[in-house]
Amino acid sequence: MTDLSVMPPKKAIGPIQWMKRNLFSTWYNVVLTLVVAYLIVTSVGPLISWFFVDANFMGSDPKDCSGAGACWVFISQRLDFFIYGFYPGEQQWRVDLMFLLLAVAFVPQFIERFPGRKWLGLFGVVGLPVAGYILIPGGPFGLSEVESTKWGGLMLTLILAYIGIIASLPIGILLALGRRSEMPIIRGLCVVFIEVWRAVPLITVLFMASVMLPLFLPEGLNFEKLARALIGITLWQSAYMAEVIRGGLQAIPRGQYEAASALGLGYWRKMGLVVLPQALKLVIPGIVNTFISLFKDTTLVLIIGLLDILGTVQSTVTDPSWQNVAVEGYVFVAFCFWVFCFGISRYSQSLERKLDTGHKS
Amino acid sequence: MLNEASGIDAQSSPGGQQPAVKPDIIRIEGVHKWYGGFHVLKNLNLTVRQGEKIVICGPSGSGKSTFIRCINRLEEHQHGSIIVDDIELTDDVRQIDSVRRDVGMVFQHFNLFPHLTVLENCCLAPVWVKKIPRKEAESTAMEYLERVRIPDQANKYPGQLSGGQQQRVAIARALCMKPKIMLFDEPTSALDPEMIAEVLDVMIELAGSGMTMLCVTHEMGFAKTVADRVIFMDAGEIVEQAPPQEFFSNPKEPRAQKFLQQILQH
Ligand SMILES: Nc1ncnc2c1ncn2[C@@H]1O[C@H](COP(=O)(O)OP(=O)(O)O)[C@@H](O)[C@H]1O
Ligand SMILES: [Mg+2]
Repeated sequence: MTDLSVMPPKKAIGPIQWMKRNLFSTWYNVVLTLVVAYLIVTSVGPLISWFFVDANFMGSDPKDCSGAGACWVFISQRLDFFIYGFYPGEQQWRVDLMFLLLAVAFVPQFIERFPGRKWLGLFGVVGLPVAGYILIPGGPFGLSEVESTKWGGLMLTLILAYIGIIASLPIGILLALGRRSEMPIIRGLCVVFIEVWRAVPLITVLFMASVMLPLFLPEGLNFEKLARALIGITLWQSAYMAEVIRGGLQAIPRGQYEAASALGLGYWRKMGLVVLPQALKLVIPGIVNTFISLFKDTTLVLIIGLLDILGTVQSTVTDPSWQNVAVEGYVFVAFCFWVFCFGISRYSQSLERKLDTGHKS
Repeated sequence: MLNEASGIDAQSSPGGQQPAVKPDIIRIEGVHKWYGGFHVLKNLNLTVRQGEKIVICGPSGSGKSTFIRCINRLEEHQHGSIIVDDIELTDDVRQIDSVRRDVGMVFQHFNLFPHLTVLENCCLAPVWVKKIPRKEAESTAMEYLERVRIPDQANKYPGQLSGGQQQRVAIARALCMKPKIMLFDEPTSALDPEMIAEVLDVMIELAGSGMTMLCVTHEMGFAKTVADRVIFMDAGEIVEQAPPQEFFSNPKEPRAQKFLQQILQH
């Protein structure tokens, strides 16, 4: 026999009871439920048939599409261009290898207890950019050179977002620390940097980087458009990152700084071992939010003539040999962005759970 | 070095007679401090001998915390001199660092690092400041955790411990640096009554080991058992200094009398 006085009250109820209580409790709830159900049925049905039932998956040219549903043939036929841009076909294995390394580094991060996943993550942050720097442009090890003007599609999107993310975090941390520094000159410089970059729209930054900057740079120091765009994106993103991190730094109680000082930890150790681990953990949601924004903002490079994934799709849907494939193209782009952004978001949630130590200080 | 191995379980009895001639370890002369226009410390003079236990008390806001925080330069004094273990505290960062290596501090609100386990809290400074190998630092930390009677909590996070346990971890964390001097700023005033004793017991044992201690506290029982001297502060000044028996039974200054009356009313 169970003693009722020590049992928690039963919470679980059956689905029918739940519906009765929440969907059909009063006459207007009944009406609302029916209207909503009707809307769902009438809109989801056509969507499913457009996406799957009437859609064409197989084939190799526009004639294989019936026009009744989505023409996925278009995507599969142009997939190479959407992923690699103008990267030459016989060299695309280099990009594939980078995709593989990216997956090897980050997919295990979603699997609790994957052996050595910390090291894989570290490789993803440090080794991956180095590998990419060698593999993608080529040059060393007898790899033929591929100019950055030929890079495009998903690959370019990932390069822009990845480097923007990886580089803006440490720069943002330094800027945030600088803004809270006791040294007036450092603090002043950081405030000016942050406020200037944060107040400028990314489009303007990209225009400046691609059009204005070459006018000011001395002859011969005219480096590639992609590199200039990357620097612009990174600095712009760092300013945002700095403010997110500063929020975290301000939330750390003074006692933490004092305890670290009293133990003899100098400035950098105090920050690196005590303050930043706590501050960064607090602002993971904010950091991830900025990452996701940046990921999507990279599409703006279209404006300076770089063909990211949106650019490749946009330039293809207007191809006269394919008719009415714009929706398929944009759905595909949206899906690609969603996969990566959702991945980042899920990862941050698992990270937050893992780092939760019953924070009280 | 007498205080080198400041184990809690050393031989001498708590509050027992120390041999008369011990070198001075802290010398404070003519110290003043202002917060803006507010004169918070006024002409403080104090000499502490090695192994001496000093209890500092006084009304809230009288500058007790500010005073002991000047001893490890968490606060800066603006006039006078503070010499700790033959090192004068000035703006020189290296001098401040070497003083802090010799001076442990325990705070009212524990200030444990919540993102690290108890053991990691204890090893952080030995590993990063003193460059002691991790293995060795961990075994030292376990020793001190045993002495404060919580070795079984070593792998928990501070947030999972009670206040009394956290404060004992904080004491162990400070001791892991093998300091020569320990500063306590109201170590029991944030604790629930039933936890005060477990922290005071640890402090009494530590006192018995010959550690030099400066404690800001209103625990009179502790002061009577352990202290060599009680210092009474009011409005930024040291108003009275006396051995505990004398101070508690027969305070000379009217301000000290009034203060004792107030804390005895409870
Ligand atoms: N950072 C500060 N700025 C200005 N005034 C302060 C600061 N810290 C403490 N004080 C003031 O100095 C006085 C002494 O404070 P404190 O040393 O904390 O006193 P106690 O520890 O004896 O209660 C108080 O009046 C307090 O308001
Ligand atoms: Mg105080």
